[in-house]
Amino acid sequence: MSFVAVTDVFQSYGQRPIIERINVAVDEGEFISIVGASGCGKSTFLRLLLAQERPLRGEIRIDGAPPAQEPGLERGIVFQRYSVFPHMTVRENVVAGECFRKPWGRFFGAERKAARARADETLDRCGLDHVAEQYPATLSGGMQQRLAIGQALAAKPRILLLDEPFGALDPGTRLSMHEFLQDLRTETGMTVFMVTHDLEEAFKLGDRVLVFDKPRWDPHDPNAYGATITYDFDARDGGIPFQRLRETGMTIAEGL
Amino acid sequence: MRLINIKPGRPLAVFLALLPFAAVFIAYAIGSEIRLAANPSDKLLPAPSTIGETAWRLMTEPDRRSGRVLFWHDTWASLKRLGLGIGISALIGLVVGLLIGLLPVVRSFMAQFVAVLSMIPPLALLPILFIIFGLGELSKVVLIVVGTLPFIIRDLSQRVLEVPQELLVKAQTLGASTWVIAIRVALPQVMPRLIQAVRLSLGPAWLFLIAAEAIASDLGLGYRIFLVRRFLAMDVILTYVIWITILAFLMDWLLRWTSRRFFPWAEDGL
Repeated sequence: MSFVAVTDVFQSYGQRPIIERINVAVDEGEFISIVGASGCGKSTFLRLLLAQERPLRGEIRIDGAPPAQEPGLERGIVFQRYSVFPHMTVRENVVAGECFRKPWGRFFGAERKAARARADETLDRCGLDHVAEQYPATLSGGMQQRLAIGQALAAKPRILLLDEPFGALDPGTRLSMHEFLQDLRTETGMTVFMVTHDLEEAFKLGDRVLVFDKPRWDPHDPNAYGATITYDFDARDGGIPFQRLRETGMTIAEGL
Repeated sequence: MRLINIKPGRPLAVFLALLPFAAVFIAYAIGSEIRLAANPSDKLLPAPSTIGETAWRLMTEPDRRSGRVLFWHDTWASLKRLGLGIGISALIGLVVGLLIGLLPVVRSFMAQFVAVLSMIPPLALLPILFIIFGLGELSKVVLIVVGTLPFIIRDLSQRVLEVPQELLVKAQTLGASTWVIAIRVALPQVMPRLIQAVRLSLGPAWLFLIAAEAIASDLGLGYRIFLVRRFLAMDVILTYVIWITILAFLMDWLLRWTSRRFFPWAEDGL
């Protein structure tokens, strides 16, 4: 049984189909990049994974649990923008990752102190310890996204969803964010879904790259059919899987 | 150089800001001078010095009949009514605005109703309020509430709706309940907007206060102005008008300061 199981998912807005027949199985700890042209349902798919929307047909299960009705703790999300709370300081934003599940949405007393200490560790790892007291508006785009990722991880989700997280960043910041994300991944072994427009980024970070496209196309009515997953690349080892094939071949030869 | 690119320096800016005040004062002084030269007992445009003397007399000398300095009693009575009315409005407006903005069910249930309510001219309701709540304090406070509440509710619910959807989804992925989203995400984000809405409502609130006081009261700034109107006591009226303007300006300034002080993250847009 795979960790994330997407079975026969359809979604449409009104009369207009967006995605159809999505079937994909993802193991725990895999990093899935999702690419495709604009309007091909990548973001819709992410919203379905997030349970912000429910599919018209089909279901998405995480670890065999019944399909979720609304976003919750098991799914973390980082959007391209508006991912952190502007009215909280940087440290409070990270603490929010842990305390929002409490009845009053905050910690009191010793618990609060401990949470602040943990938040400071997270900030240290994100390279944000020197701005802990500031409000997010004073941070650069890259720092805000690091904060958003740190905050999402503080809640310890089962899967992390990234919706074009680095889309608004300049190329240099983007590269350092890649390193940051890769480090975090090796550390936590988190299952990640990332929607991106940048193919290079998709192959660099992902274990698998899912391509969304419309397999059927009616030139008189471009919206008549929805998109689906047309390719499912193995992107490990820099996208050159034959290295592994040869290894497997060796094993078989030895077995014979 | 284009006009839009010409920016005054600090001294010039201060001078320009003070200029209209000075101009109005000088125009008044000249007008008063001309009228008083023709008729020294003219009451319509009392000399600035007369207004100053009257103001001093009003603020220091007790009333002969009651032994109270009516100026401060008027001020206190009016501020109490205004504060109560606006305070109640702000509180109800905040709660209802949050409910309408956050909960689609309440939105379907109340949004249209509030929109229709806000179209009723509050002053048209004043007779009804007098009939129901009597001529005492209650009807005046209720008039201010009725007059300012629909606007505050509509403004705040709109602001809650403008909180980016991403933030609400994000809070849910951090395990927040509706209650936690309300008090930890939506409430702090609309607090600066509430102050903004109260600032905008202060003008109408003063209007309703003075209207209610003018019609039925025995104390209050508006009552006094309409009382001395019978004696053509322009010096008293002008003193009260200037005083009301100063009070309104101070309140506005205080609210803006509060907003800056407690919600520094919302700096722009205030």
